[in-house]
Amino acid sequence: MTEKTTGGGGKYDWFWFLLPALILVVIFFFLPIIITFFISGTNMSTATGFQNWKWIGLKNYQRISSHPETLEHLWLTVKYVAFTLVFFNLGMSLVIALLTTHISRGVGFLFRAVWLLPRITPVVVYVMMWRFIAADAPYGILNQIIIKPLGLKTANWLPMAPFLFIVLVNGFIGASFGMILFSSAIESIPKDLMMASLVDGSSYLQRIRYLIIPHLRWPLLFVTTFQTLSLMTSFEQILVLTDGAYNTEVWALWAYHKALSTYSGNLQWGFGTALAAILVTIGIVMAVIYMRYFKFEELVQEPKIETQ
Amino acid sequence: MRFKIFFSRFVPYLLLIVVTLPIIIGYVWILISTFSTRTYGLLPVDKAGRPGGWTLSNWSFLSKPEIWMVTSNTFILASGLTIGVVVVSMMAGYALSRIKFPGRKAFLSLTLILHAFPTVTLLIAIYFVLRWISVIPVLGRGLPIIGGFGYNTLGGVILVSLALQLPLGIWLMKGFFDNVSWDMERAALIDGCSRFRTWREVMVPQIRPGIAALSIFSFIQGWGSFIIPYSYMVNANRATIATYLNNLLSETAPTNYSMVAAVGLFQLLPVLVFYIFTQKYLLSIFAGGVKGAA
Repeated sequence: MTEKTTGGGGKYDWFWFLLPALILVVIFFFLPIIITFFISGTNMSTATGFQNWKWIGLKNYQRISSHPETLEHLWLTVKYVAFTLVFFNLGMSLVIALLTTHISRGVGFLFRAVWLLPRITPVVVYVMMWRFIAADAPYGILNQIIIKPLGLKTANWLPMAPFLFIVLVNGFIGASFGMILFSSAIESIPKDLMMASLVDGSSYLQRIRYLIIPHLRWPLLFVTTFQTLSLMTSFEQILVLTDGAYNTEVWALWAYHKALSTYSGNLQWGFGTALAAILVTIGIVMAVIYMRYFKFEELVQEPKIETQ
Repeated sequence: MRFKIFFSRFVPYLLLIVVTLPIIIGYVWILISTFSTRTYGLLPVDKAGRPGGWTLSNWSFLSKPEIWMVTSNTFILASGLTIGVVVVSMMAGYALSRIKFPGRKAFLSLTLILHAFPTVTLLIAIYFVLRWISVIPVLGRGLPIIGGFGYNTLGGVILVSLALQLPLGIWLMKGFFDNVSWDMERAALIDGCSRFRTWREVMVPQIRPGIAALSIFSFIQGWGSFIIPYSYMVNANRATIATYLNNLLSETAPTNYSMVAAVGLFQLLPVLVFYIFTQKYLLSIFAGGVKGAA
């Protein structure tokens, strides 16, 4: 066994190739997951420091269930995920995919490239654009272009319609994910099938309903589940846009503020990690479920070279 | 009939333009605003509110030493992240694609699970990991340029960003290695070339497009990253361009947004240039499934 049959490789080569990745995964994935659950069982905070904390079991979780703000954050999170998902990550992305595959290839590609811009733009710059769109008269774009010409009352729209803006800001980033998957799926539908449906006298809407949508079932399911998880846990854009003001503190941002925000005097690490632990649990469960859906076995071919 | 043709021809374009307008307006505004005293909507005006007021004065921030400090920090962050992600992913991706070893399947499925896992939920716990790394002598906070790998160091921010990007990187690199022909590698190994040399001299050169894609993607991610430096650097407004800009944004009234817009365009420009010239490479990554920003 120790003799090499095909030359150059050593028995434990694979280990050295994997080692750097392994170390990083252990330190920045496994360890944090354990830490999250561990600290969520303590009363650790800046008041107790790293020394004088006590084990309090499930008390933090009881506190969450009886906290007066819990329902508020939960309801907001559900609403935010639902609206963004339905109107943008699914709705808008489907509309753009359908439209850009319907028109000439070059122009369609150009529009899709523009829709990728928000995702690729540094987040603070991107949010800055939205803040100026919402800004008060005479500066804000929304006021100048739509509200004023219509003779309506101008305002700073961010505090007026904060929910709308967190949905818009995240939605315009989120739409590109589905857009890419849907448009490549639509382009993979055989051309003769697409032509045949129109020759047979169906309208564009009928073609969408009876040919394209059934073809998109798989990507639709994937985008829905994947993006639900992303929306539920991401809070970076909201942090930059409102920092949770005007009732926009979603669950993930609430956890972040409780544990790490330097503005509140006492950082409640125990309570904050308990809030995060709920998201981590959902994340692990859903990630495992996706892996099963990925048709995993097909992806794992056995390597053809053996060096032992 | 003519109406129907008109309908199917122009309505899609019209609809597309309408829904895309908010994005276009955002970028047009940043361009106009950067070069004007202030703007009413998209209209550049002077201090009295009369149309006009074109100026270059918004770019005076370039003479401040602060901006160059945060710019060099951001550059170090983006380059460090890029080099780290590419090297570590290429090594792990190669092993997963080409070597048979016990636990290979388990490691592959782990990579997939981690790829789907929302990493942002771990930010709070990683704070504690970094505090612990800080305590390690030299490695914690005693290194030149990056400061170390602990809390409140640039190296710590790089390391965290790198680790969180790994599942995507490994998966991508594995895919590229899968598509390389076995013949050359087999020949090299039979001739007695070591695994490491085979990897470096035979395999790596064959996946250049993959390396390019992952590098560009990682650099853009590092260049624009906000939440990680914001969370783990104490003086966040002096950390990177993103945190510096966030600070400016939170203390500036819309009246003076033009100055902030210039800083924003400064951060945006390299990203746009990369994007325009390397779309083909980048799309291969986005198609592979990017998460994070919802």
